Amino acid sequence: MLVIPCPYCGPRPELEFSYGGQAHVLRPAAATNPDPAGWNAFQYERANTRGLHAERWRHVHGCARFFNVIRDTTTDEVLRSYRSGEK
Amino acid sequence: MPEAIATRIPPPRASGLGWRTLDPQSCWSLRVELAAAAGPMATAGLPLALAACRAATRGEWAALWLGPDEQLLVGMNSSHAQFEPRLAGALAGIAHALVDVSHRQAAIEIAGPDATRLLALGCPLDLHLSQAPVGLCTRTVFAKAEVVLWRQEADRFQLQAWRSFLPYVTGLLALGSQELAPQA
Repeated sequence: MLVIPCPYCGPRPELEFSYGGQAHVLRPAAATNPDPAGWNAFQYERANTRGLHAERWRHVHGCARFFNVIRDTTTDEVLRSYRSGEK
Repeated sequence: MPEAIATRIPPPRASGLGWRTLDPQSCWSLRVELAAAAGPMATAGLPLALAACRAATRGEWAALWLGPDEQLLVGMNSSHAQFEPRLAGALAGIAHALVDVSHRQAAIEIAGPDATRLLALGCPLDLHLSQAPVGLCTRTVFAKAEVVLWRQEADRFQLQAWRSFLPYVTGLLALGSQELAPQA
């Protein structure tokens, strides 16, 4: 089982978390600028990274907060985590 | 309803593995910006838990930190009427969401020298005192059920589970007690 460091609660077992997909996917500015390519990228395009991957996790059976994790997709090693809005 | 469930649960066997369902408690879920509410609540004699995953208690009052802006407030011994008006007064003028969840969940007390062994059957947390000191409270899982775990003393825990999960949780505890009980 992965041990994921929640930035609020500390290291916790993976059981308590749910996966939230790739992090830092930016939403296009506004509907006033209907840019099809931008919306397509926001909705569907993901990196499918091999190696270090920034992804969102939610501590759903804990503090219930979303946060970001840097995980190596080849080894499953969790390097660090940080709160939403941080780098 | 919790009382009715409690009567259907087999009593714990005589061993170091004591657990029992507690009398119904008054519980509120409070969502509020901690920095704004901590002062007025402390002034009202109802301190909030300021540290992550720790509980603050005062007499029959307890505030359990569940998230950065979420606290589970517990009035022990069903002291509902005692706390409700003071809560409303302390939180007046502060943006908050206060929900009475007394009937949502029931509390189980697990006590005795083997309490951590019994909990470890379903709880994935490290319950060693160095990792889970007295005063720890957190939402976590017990087997497949979501629970709130609160360590009140080194060998005394309170487990709050949603009422619909209670037969499942107590069934597992009963099974665990039998497995861990010393063989005759």
